[in-house]
Amino acid sequence: MNDPIKLTIDGVEVEAQPGQTIIEAAGVSGIYIPRLCHYQGLKPHGSCRLCTVTVNGKPMASCTQPAGPGMIVETHTPHLQEFRRQILEMLLVEGNHFCMFCEKSGLCELQAQAYRHGITAPRYPYLFPQRSVDASHPDIWIDHNRCILCARCVRASRDLDGKNVFQFVGRGRHKQVAVNARARLADTTVNLTDRAIGICPVGALLKKRVGYQIPIGQRSYDHQSIGAEIEKSPCSASKK
Amino acid sequence: MIASNTSNRIVIQPVTRVEGHGKVTILLDEQRRVQQARLHIVEFRGFERFIQGRPYWEVPVLVQRLCGICPVSHHLAAAKAMDRIVGVRQLTPTAEKIRRLMHYGQFFQSHALHFFHLVSPDLLFGFDADPAIRNVIGVAAKFPDLAVQGVMMRKYGQEIIKLTAGKKIHGTGAIPGGVNKNLTTAERDLLLKDLPQMLTWSRAAHKLAKDYTTEHLAKLAPFGSFESNHLSLIRADGAMDLYHGNLRAIEAQGHKIFDQIDYQNYLDYIVEEVRNWSYMKFPFIKSMGPEKGWYRVGPLARLNTADFIDTPEAEKARQEFMAVTNNKPNNISMAYHWARMIELLHAIEKIQQLLQDADLQGKDLMVQGQRQRTGIGLIEAPRGTLFHHYEVDEQDLVVRANLIVSTTHNNEAMNRAVQKVAHDHLSGVEITEGLLNHVEVAIRAYDPCLSCATHALGQMPLIVELLDHAGHLLDTRSRN
Repeated sequence: MNDPIKLTIDGVEVEAQPGQTIIEAAGVSGIYIPRLCHYQGLKPHGSCRLCTVTVNGKPMASCTQPAGPGMIVETHTPHLQEFRRQILEMLLVEGNHFCMFCEKSGLCELQAQAYRHGITAPRYPYLFPQRSVDASHPDIWIDHNRCILCARCVRASRDLDGKNVFQFVGRGRHKQVAVNARARLADTTVNLTDRAIGICPVGALLKKRVGYQIPIGQRSYDHQSIGAEIEKSPCSASKK
Repeated sequence: MIASNTSNRIVIQPVTRVEGHGKVTILLDEQRRVQQARLHIVEFRGFERFIQGRPYWEVPVLVQRLCGICPVSHHLAAAKAMDRIVGVRQLTPTAEKIRRLMHYGQFFQSHALHFFHLVSPDLLFGFDADPAIRNVIGVAAKFPDLAVQGVMMRKYGQEIIKLTAGKKIHGTGAIPGGVNKNLTTAERDLLLKDLPQMLTWSRAAHKLAKDYTTEHLAKLAPFGSFESNHLSLIRADGAMDLYHGNLRAIEAQGHKIFDQIDYQNYLDYIVEEVRNWSYMKFPFIKSMGPEKGWYRVGPLARLNTADFIDTPEAEKARQEFMAVTNNKPNNISMAYHWARMIELLHAIEKIQQLLQDADLQGKDLMVQGQRQRTGIGLIEAPRGTLFHHYEVDEQDLVVRANLIVSTTHNNEAMNRAVQKVAHDHLSGVEITEGLLNHVEVAIRAYDPCLSCATHALGQMPLIVELLDHAGHLLDTRSRN
């Protein structure tokens, strides 16, 4: 029952452990599949669709799809890359993402994915939605302008912190992260030591008063693109 | 929107989020004499409004987007205001010296850019020269060494900014209560390598500005000139200090209007007036009223207010400068250029001092204090005194902001300069290219931020309109 599963990813035969998803199996083999909502240690959410790959020619979210024997997986076809660029561009215009002064710049996974995919300017018109800031908590703040609805904070608070501080409300373009309190973050039980804080891929859920303390040149993506740590793994080198 | 009560006036929509758009209107009486001349700044920025609701630590990085030429000034003025918000009155030695180094680097690059690329065509070829050669390309063709010096000096200043703020434009170095990095010895050595050349070129640039001014003094002294008050920050001992100090204002003969005023109380001394024909306010000294209380800021004002400069070569240059007006305040608009080059020399001398200071390699970068609601930060930007004033609520969000930028302080003075040039040089109704440039030369002396956008080609997008006594448009010339 526990024999490794053999599948092919981008023409390379790899082995996966039973229960591993395609994105995990690819990562172990040094193949990076772009992702935003996926976070190791959290239950897969499958909402951003950036990790979509083709399995035997059919598109599937690699963060939710378990690896199966004999699968032929393609992760970086021109069609998939274009699909990812479109997702990223829609995310960029759907919120208010002003990288030029955002404190998450250089540390932001959305910005890093945009750079990785060669996006210089979105092709879609900006929606400039009216969104609010919740700075009621003494140590933590939410800037809804930058939220991409990845649900990392929702899952982390519920599954790792056991608090269930965050939840989605609304439908469609009105959907947003809300707090499980009457109105404000300050009314919840969230605190700085929660795993949910610091897990946000963008500049939506942040610690107060620490912005810009990491100098330019020392930020996560100043010198390497997102995913480089997986692609640079010894396993990756041996596959190439 | 600016509109007149006659059908002949042009209606101009606000040109938003751009720099470098000005308009001059010249109104004639029935004898076709100049009755009124105005410089209109038609920019609309709105930063004071849209930073409301943003966290205070974001402000130094956000507001510097006001400008691409001297963003460091806004970055540091906002950071100084936010120091007060986090209850810090004294930074660590490393933090203050890193900020000062960044600031002097900014002065060096900004002054070099203005003098070599924007002004030198007027000085080298003459105000009336063929516009086809009276530009930076013309300078590069006829005086290639000067053009290269301008580029390399600007580059040096930009390298200092990059090493202290992370980027040459719009970095993040200054944060409330300190800085986010020091200067490594490798970075210091990189800057020390080119320092001797920069000192040599700075001396030469100063000599060029001094010689030009003294040789053409008879022509320059009356050109767009008038007596005025002068305002700047000043160190406690009366020395010029571009990063920090107290407010000093003097009148045209040098008598002090106020001195060593803590700028946290600036509202007791400075008031802003709104006029219905310009988006730019007109600040004035409260005790003197709007008619007599307007003043100049920037290099000329700083030379006039300072008792001395604390670097030897710039101090010697200051003494030569003041001797021209018998140690009384210099009110010659065109003397701004010479004053600017004295500051260039001062900046490189300060950079030299700082690079030899081991505090730059210190590790103690931040301090914190008791949170305050109000923060006011002033700095001497290349173009003059820059005011940033914020109120921050208990949730750490900005609820109110007021910025008085250098060009705003000089608004009345630039208008006076335009009026003076129009009165002295406009003859007949036809606007010649020479007239257009005379007006530009007078405005350019102040290095206003409105001219940033197209400065590099020596042509501000300037519109000159000539109206008769009834407000009918007689002629117009525009550059865009």
